[in-house]
Amino acid sequence: MMRRVISTVPPALSAEWAKLRTLPGTFWLLAAVVATTVAVSTAATAAVSCPHGGCSVDPVKVSLTGIYLGQAVAAVLGVLVVSSEYSTGMIRVTFTALPRRTTVLTAKAAIIGGLALAAGAVAVAGSLLAGGALLTRHGFTPAHGYPALTVGDGPVLRAAAGSVLYLALIALLSLGVATVIRDPAPAIGTVLGLLYLDPIIAAVLHGAHWHKFIDRYAPMTAGLAIQATTNLSSLPISPWAGLGVLAAWAAGALLLGGLVFRLRDA
Amino acid sequence: MTTMTPARPGTPAGHAGFGQLLRAEWIKFRTVRGWTIAIVVGALVMVAWGLLVAGGGSTTCQASPTSPVLSGAACVPQFPLGPADEAVTDSFYFVHRPLSAGGSLTVRVTSLTGRYSHGGIAPGPDPEANFSSGVQPWSKAGIIIKASAKPGSAYAAMMITGGHGVRMQYDYTGDIAGPPGTASPASPRWLRLTRSGDTITGYESANGTHWSVAGIVQLTGLPAIAQVGMFAASPDVAKVVSQSLGGGTVTGGPSLATATFDHVSLSGARPGRWSGGIVGGSSGLPASASRFAQAGERFTITGTGDIAPVVAGSDASAIGQYLTGAFAALIAAAVVAVMLITAEYRRGLIRVTLAASPRRGGVLMAKAVVAGAATFVAGLAAAAVVVPLADHLARNKGAYVLPVSGLTELRVIAGTAAVLAVAAVLAVAVGTMLRRSAAAVTTGIMVIVLPYTLGTTGVLPAGAAQWLLRVTPAAAFAIQQSVPAYPQVTASYTPTAGYFPLAPWAGFAVLCGYTAVALAVAWYLLRRRDA
Repeated sequence: MMRRVISTVPPALSAEWAKLRTLPGTFWLLAAVVATTVAVSTAATAAVSCPHGGCSVDPVKVSLTGIYLGQAVAAVLGVLVVSSEYSTGMIRVTFTALPRRTTVLTAKAAIIGGLALAAGAVAVAGSLLAGGALLTRHGFTPAHGYPALTVGDGPVLRAAAGSVLYLALIALLSLGVATVIRDPAPAIGTVLGLLYLDPIIAAVLHGAHWHKFIDRYAPMTAGLAIQATTNLSSLPISPWAGLGVLAAWAAGALLLGGLVFRLRDA
Repeated sequence: MTTMTPARPGTPAGHAGFGQLLRAEWIKFRTVRGWTIAIVVGALVMVAWGLLVAGGGSTTCQASPTSPVLSGAACVPQFPLGPADEAVTDSFYFVHRPLSAGGSLTVRVTSLTGRYSHGGIAPGPDPEANFSSGVQPWSKAGIIIKASAKPGSAYAAMMITGGHGVRMQYDYTGDIAGPPGTASPASPRWLRLTRSGDTITGYESANGTHWSVAGIVQLTGLPAIAQVGMFAASPDVAKVVSQSLGGGTVTGGPSLATATFDHVSLSGARPGRWSGGIVGGSSGLPASASRFAQAGERFTITGTGDIAPVVAGSDASAIGQYLTGAFAALIAAAVVAVMLITAEYRRGLIRVTLAASPRRGGVLMAKAVVAGAATFVAGLAAAAVVVPLADHLARNKGAYVLPVSGLTELRVIAGTAAVLAVAAVLAVAVGTMLRRSAAAVTTGIMVIVLPYTLGTTGVLPAGAAQWLLRVTPAAAFAIQQSVPAYPQVTASYTPTAGYFPLAPWAGFAVLCGYTAVALAVAWYLLRRRDA
C-alpha cells in the first residue's frame, strides 16, 4: 500500500508538499492572498458609481482591482518557498535527499502554482461576487448598458480565469527570481519593482511609442490586459497575448533559476 | 572570581552611549558589501530613469506646413515670463488706448459666444469650416489695464467667463471670483476698472447703477502711461478624456470667443481712436480669425488664446518628473533597511546585539539613523545630479521645463532625499515589527509605491486615486511638486505630470506621521518580545 503511494506521487512532489503543508505561514499567506484581493476589490467597487449612461469604467476590471495587491502576497509565497530553504540551510538537506535539482525546482513550481491557482480561484470568485452585488447598487444596471456580472459570460469568464492564471504566473515568476537571488528581501524587492515600477515609468516617459512598448511587454501591464472586458480595441496588447507575455517572463525566470540552481553550490 | 572586562575602559558594561551604538550599526551596515551596492545601484537607477525621461522623447516641429521640419532645441516653445518670472500664456485680442496714472474704463457686456474646433483646423480657405458653436468654460472677455501690449507684462482685468461667472484676474496667477452667470442681451453685465497710480480696483454691476467692488490689486512696475481696453480670449479646447489620474489625456484644438460691448466710457485718456491688435500669438489660427468691429457705440471683439500661467502637460514639464525614479531607489532602500534588522533575527546576531547593548530602544534608533542617513546621502547625490542634467538634456531635446525658484528646486531635490530617508526609517520599523524580510519589504512597497502605481494605471476612478495619495505614505511624493495647479487653467493635473492632492510639506508630514507611529510600535514590540 505504502509503496503504491510513493510510486504514483513523485517523491519530490510529496516532499515539497509536506514541507509547505507543515509550515503555518503557508496557510496564512494563502488566506492573505484571498483577503487582500477581495478587500481591495470590494473597496474599489464601492468607490465607483455610474449615475448616468456615460461612465467609462470597466465593471469587471474594477471588481478585480484587488489583484494589484493580492499579487504581492502571491509573490511573497513564490519567493519564500525557495528563499526560506536557503536562509535556514534546509536547502542542503533537500539536495541531499533529492540530488536532481531540476526535479526539485519543478516540484516546487508545481506545488506553488497549484496553491496559487487554488487561492486565486477563491479570491477572484469572492471579488466578482462582491463586485456584482455592489456594482448593481451603484448604477451598473442593464438600463445603463451593464448587464449583471455572470461568470458564464464569455469575456467575464476570460477575465476571471485569466486573473487566476495571472496570480499563479506571478507566483512562478517570483519563484524563479528567488531561485536566482536566494535572499528573500532583495528577491521580493526585485519582483515588486518589476511589477509596480513599469506603469510609473510608462506614464512619465514622453512619446506614445515608449508608453505602448512598456504596456505591451512589462509583466504586470501586459498580464492584466486579461481583465479587460470593454474597449478591447484600445488595449495595448490583446488579453491572451498579454497573459502570454507574463508567462514568458515567468518561464524565463524559472529557466534562469533552474540554470543557477544546477550550477551554483547550495 | 571572574570579572567582566568592559568593552572600553571607563564605560560601564551595558551602558554604551548612543554614539557607540551608532558606530556599531554603521560598521554592520558598511561591512555588508551587498547593502552598499544596493543603495548605490538604487541611486544610479534613479539617475538613469531621470535621464531616460528627459531624453527619451524627441520633439519635431514646423512653423507652418510649408516650412522645414525642425527638431530638438529649435522646438522649445517660447513662453513669455510674467511679473513673478513664471512662464505664462499671454495671447488675446486687445482693443486699447493709452491710459494715464489716474483714470477708469466702464463697459457693458451684452454677449459672450464662442466657436471651437473638434480635431484641429480645417485645411483650405476657411480654417473654421468644421468649428462648432459653444463657449469654453474659461473663454474670457472684458476689460483690462496692462503695462504694455508686450506679452508677459503686468495687468489687471475684469471679465465675463464662459462657465465661471464674473472674475477679476491679475498678473496671470491672481484670480478673484465674482458673481456667477454670463452675459446675454437680456441680462447684460457691467464692468469697471479704475486706476490710481499702481492700484487697480475692479467693479461689477448688473444694472450700471448699483456697483460692487470685485477686488483691489497692486501692480508693480505699471508705467505712467499704461494701456487700457477691451479684450477677448479663448483657450484651446481642453477635454480630459480618461477619468483616471495618470491616464488622463487632454485633447482639443483652438477656440474663439466673441463678445459685444457698449456703453463704453473712458476717463483719464487723451482723445483718440481705439486700436485693435493681437497680443502674443493666435494659437494656430490665422490672424484674420481674431478681429474687432466698431458700429457706433457697439464693439464686437473676437479673440483666441489665454491670459494665464503655463501648467505642466504636453507643452511644458515640471522638474519633479525627472525624480520619479526615486521609487526605484526607494525599493532598494527599503530592502536594505529591512535587512538591517531582519538579517540579525535570521542569523541570531540580534541576541549578541541586545546582550551588548541592553537598551533596545537605542539599538532601534541607531539602526533607523544609519538607514536614514545612508539613504539620504545617496538620494541627495542622485537627485542633485539628475535634476540639472535632465533639465539640460530635456531642453536640448525640445522640451520646455517650467522655471522654478532656486528655493523650490532645493525643496524638490532635498525633499526627495528626505522622503527616501524617512521611508527607509519606516522600513526599519516595519522590519522590527514583522521580523520577516519578505513580509516587511512587501508591506513597505505596498504602502508607498503601490498607491502611486494604482493612480497611474488608471484602474481606479480619479477621486479614489486622489484619496490614496492623501491618506497613504505615498502622499510624501507631493514634495516633488514644483509648480502650483491653477483652477483657472483646465489641464490634467496628475501625479505623473507633477501635481499632487496635498501640499508638499503636508504630504511629507503624512509619511513622517506613519513613520513615527511605526517606530513607536516597533520600539514597544522590541522591548516586550524575546529576541
